[in-house]
Amino acid sequence: MSVLELQEVDVFYGDFQALFKVSFKVEEGQTFACIGANGGGKSTLLRTIAGLQRPTSGKVLFHGDPVDQVPAHDRVGMGIALVPEGRRVFPSLTVFENLQIGAYGGRKGDWNTDSVMELFPLLKPLVKRQASSLSGGEQQALAIGRALMANPQLLLLDEVSLGLAPVVIKRIYEAMVHLVDTGTTILVVEQDVQHVLTVADHVACFLEGRISLEGKPSDLSSEAITAAYFGM
Amino acid sequence: MTVVLETTGLRKSFGGVQVIDDLSVALNEGEALGIVGPNGAGKTTLFNLITGVYRPDAGRVTFKDKDITHLPRQDRCREGIGRTFQIPKPFADMSVFENVLVCAAYGRGMSERASYVRCVETLDLTKLSPKANKQAGALPLLDRKRLELARALAGDPSVLLLDEVAGGLTESEVDALIETIRDLHREGISIIWIEHVVHALLAVVGRIVAISFGRNLIEGDPNEVMCSDEVQACYMGGTPI
Repeated sequence: MSVLELQEVDVFYGDFQALFKVSFKVEEGQTFACIGANGGGKSTLLRTIAGLQRPTSGKVLFHGDPVDQVPAHDRVGMGIALVPEGRRVFPSLTVFENLQIGAYGGRKGDWNTDSVMELFPLLKPLVKRQASSLSGGEQQALAIGRALMANPQLLLLDEVSLGLAPVVIKRIYEAMVHLVDTGTTILVVEQDVQHVLTVADHVACFLEGRISLEGKPSDLSSEAITAAYFGM
Repeated sequence: MTVVLETTGLRKSFGGVQVIDDLSVALNEGEALGIVGPNGAGKTTLFNLITGVYRPDAGRVTFKDKDITHLPRQDRCREGIGRTFQIPKPFADMSVFENVLVCAAYGRGMSERASYVRCVETLDLTKLSPKANKQAGALPLLDRKRLELARALAGDPSVLLLDEVAGGLTESEVDALIETIRDLHREGISIIWIEHVVHALLAVVGRIVAISFGRNLIEGDPNEVMCSDEVQACYMGGTPI
């Protein structure tokens, strides 16, 4: 059974339709990459899976069960964690407190404040600092760490490398491989197409709210990806 | 070469954390300068010290031979220092044109008539003219980044500070943005650009200053700086060449 399945999902913001009958499956242990131009609906897709956006029609299934009626905070406890676009750390709380909040769902697993610090050594000296005093990149690392604290089965990463130094991006990509080895399934939105295709085993290209191309990176030519990207 | 903007021996700490520690950066007139450094190196804090968001604990900021260290931020803006922010925060309910107009009128104290003229010019420069009447909150990312540029440019600054404008854009969008920034540079604006999208930076700047832990690490020719052992070790994460 697929970890995640979307069946003909439509999502609207007011009159504006962001997703059109989007359907796909994500299998356990997969690294599923969503690529595509901005405005393609990738962030909306992640928000919908996390429960921050309700589809007007269609279904979201997690381990075969519909979760459309499950509020976002309960989905965390079920094992779905989101690293949102724009970091969204709790500015008045410390780094440590932000991480603790990530764990409120109470799921057991390998992730705790120590293992997160091991992944992001840059957070170590900042642990007592207020999150609002962190630099942009440090906040991004914290947002990823906070999501890991939920010990998710399905990790949703939106714009994972945004604002991070190349050395940290490298670390995150290494960590993604490690996460998959420990049984986590990853759905990642990324603008750095070449980089993400080195770790993804499935890729979907979004164009104006629809999937314009889907498959294994090894089966897709760079010409096909470029064409799907720009709608040519 | 004339130095247009210079920081000398800047220091800034927050609580017990020394974020900027004896940092000196000089920007020549008409130059495009890149700043790189690991996360938390103090890059954005440097901009905040130059623009007056923070006051330094020690050191000086000079702009066109004038000491502006103690000038309030609105005055620095009116003197001709424009900046963009990492996360664009336009006035979402206002049109693109109105957003830029506010910055021309208040950011430089232009008359109403002059503001309108400058607004049209700025939208043209940033290729936003076709979207002038769109609501700012509804813009896609590339246009939000362009609007961020337009707002910084509305006051007709002689120095433009860019804070990670290429982040989050697709490759073709980055290319489009590079073109626009090159156009601005050709117009004679001096630029300091903080950017993690290294190839974008290398396409525009003539010199790079690398900083780490709030200190000057190395500076010079962009390719030499990026290939240096220091930058490879603390920033790129590659093996030193």
